[in-house]
Amino acid sequence: MNPPVAPATGGGRIRTPLPFPTAAKPAVADTQLRANLHRATRTIRAKRARVVDEVPDWEALRDAGSAIKADVQRRLPELLEQFEASATAAGATVHWARDAAEACRIVVALTRAAGADEVVKVKSMATQEIELNEALEAAGIAAYETDLAELIVQLGDDTPSHILVPAIHYNRAQIREIFQRRMADAPADLSDEPAALAEAARAHLRRRFLSARVAVSGANFAVADTGTLVVVESEGNGRMCLTLPETLISVVGVEKLLPTFTDLEVFLQLLPRSSTGERMNPYTSMWTGVTPGDGPQDVHIVLVDNGRSAVLADPVGRPALSCIRCSACLNVCPVYERAGGHAYGSVYPGPIGAILSPQLTGVADNASLPYASTLCGACYDVCPVKINIPEILVHLRQQAPHPPAERATMRVLSWVMRSPRRWAAALRLARAGAGPLGAYRERTTGARTLRRLPWPASAWTRSRDLPLPASQTFREWWEKQ
Amino acid sequence: MVGKAVSARDEILARLRTALADNPPPVQVPRGYRRVDDRSDVIETLVDRLEDYRAVVHRGIDALPRLLSEVDRLAVPIDVPADWLAGYAGELHRDAPPLSAAALDDLDAVLTGCAVVVADTGTIILDAGPAQGRRALTLVPDRHICVVRTDQVVGLLPEALTQLDPRAPLTWISGPSATSDIELNRVEGVHGPRRLEVVLIGSGA
Ligand code: SF4
Repeated sequence: MNPPVAPATGGGRIRTPLPFPTAAKPAVADTQLRANLHRATRTIRAKRARVVDEVPDWEALRDAGSAIKADVQRRLPELLEQFEASATAAGATVHWARDAAEACRIVVALTRAAGADEVVKVKSMATQEIELNEALEAAGIAAYETDLAELIVQLGDDTPSHILVPAIHYNRAQIREIFQRRMADAPADLSDEPAALAEAARAHLRRRFLSARVAVSGANFAVADTGTLVVVESEGNGRMCLTLPETLISVVGVEKLLPTFTDLEVFLQLLPRSSTGERMNPYTSMWTGVTPGDGPQDVHIVLVDNGRSAVLADPVGRPALSCIRCSACLNVCPVYERAGGHAYGSVYPGPIGAILSPQLTGVADNASLPYASTLCGACYDVCPVKINIPEILVHLRQQAPHPPAERATMRVLSWVMRSPRRWAAALRLARAGAGPLGAYRERTTGARTLRRLPWPASAWTRSRDLPLPASQTFREWWEKQ
Repeated sequence: MVGKAVSARDEILARLRTALADNPPPVQVPRGYRRVDDRSDVIETLVDRLEDYRAVVHRGIDALPRLLSEVDRLAVPIDVPADWLAGYAGELHRDAPPLSAAALDDLDAVLTGCAVVVADTGTIILDAGPAQGRRALTLVPDRHICVVRTDQVVGLLPEALTQLDPRAPLTWISGPSATSDIELNRVEGVHGPRRLEVVLIGSGA
């Protein structure tokens, strides 16, 4: 009998090199950056609210999405085996990678086997997470990002700062400047009109698409009963990569599964409205193995663990694996809006990053991230799969190194937060100056924080201020916006 | 089992099984969302949604000859209905033998049908079935003219999914290629066709 195999944490770009408050300082001081972020997040919040409001059964869709993902987590091993069998039967080759390094080795080997020294890439969080571009480069393979924002970031020698809009921290003038500096074929009289910038990107990538032999993608969903992969996108760069090259390699986190093709009816409604704030994104591609005479004939899927088994092992933190990377939680987060994406150090910024990165790496390696939040709950309200992010944040804070009394406090808070009803009641009581969150007093700085809580919370607030909403909760304020 | 390497597959599956040692209870998925549309004006909704995302809508098959008269070089799938091409005087490129990507890049437009259309989101779904051809055909040319029969239009997304074969390569199109990557403004036209024109035919068009 073999001993049970322990779940393992992962590697790649998921660790904060600096504690969050330190990493956030430059961003908070950068007024241009803050203006760009404020403008962008405000725009997308309004767009999302408009298209969500027109769906009368939105809450029912969220309930279904949340339950389907919980079911996936519960049955993950069996669904993965089912997915592998279906995809293989349809002509795809399925590979498995324990961690980031192994996933990169597989992609490098497949690219070499295809005889290519360059790949075109569809924007994918998984390949950023495993630092695939760096691994390809080290192997002498050029990786070309084809999503406009990823292209901007790549040409700017920068890293993405948002899941959906990686170049959200740049405005049009800055993008024009990057194109003129780094894009050899950019027109000399390039204007900063978004249409002109998009046209420049189209011309720049056209030849590359038409001649590429290998493409690398991620996937938004992987369907267990059919072996289908789904990529949701806007520009058509995804379709180019998924259609024209001979070889297609898709890097997919094991949590991306859906049990059945029918389940897409829920997620293809939840994702676009939560993500770009559109009823539907311009293009969605679905493929199942190989279709003779249509698209890539050499189709590979790399299933990646890289810390996901460790997330699965924690019953409270587990729902972080439900995330469909819509980025709605980033766009409503007051901390993200001020600090920007880079401060989180990981490819996963914002509220989801604050709970996912520490779980992928183990809390000790990302101990500051669970504190990158005011626990206002706006992220939970917009999350299309209803991940209770505040609850998981408090749960993770318990695991970071703390004195025993503080741990006890956080256990109580964690219990309060596990129920939306208890949490709402606690916040109401706190505003009235009573209840489990107890008395607060206004600090001289003007920021309202909990300074002294009744025992056992008092042990916690002695060393740490818990930001508290003012006379209306953030959620209440938010609903009026 | 000293000396025998465990495959990544077996190791990952074993890790995941260990992670589920708490034996989470079965999940009942509540499906209280709408699966059938009860609205009566499905076609009007479709037109509204298509135009909202900058597709150009033409009504009736008679619009087709006028549209095609602007096209010098046209790509079509091999099984394009002959009556769609009535009177077309330009250069016709049938996809047989398959046109290379470079050849497609030289053409002005592509004319196809579709499989099913979702009114609620203005989404046209191609499944490589009749009058659609393979995926590259509707991707590389800069202008896509798509003929939609009113009996192909359903109200909601769940209604469309039941009509699709998952084994077919599926392309869902909602308006022309676009990006919101620059200051979150939607700009039409990046890599996919920059013009999407829909010709609505059949009763009620
Ligand atoms: S946690 Fe929820 S809101 Fe945030 S990116 Fe994931 S799915 Fe979207």
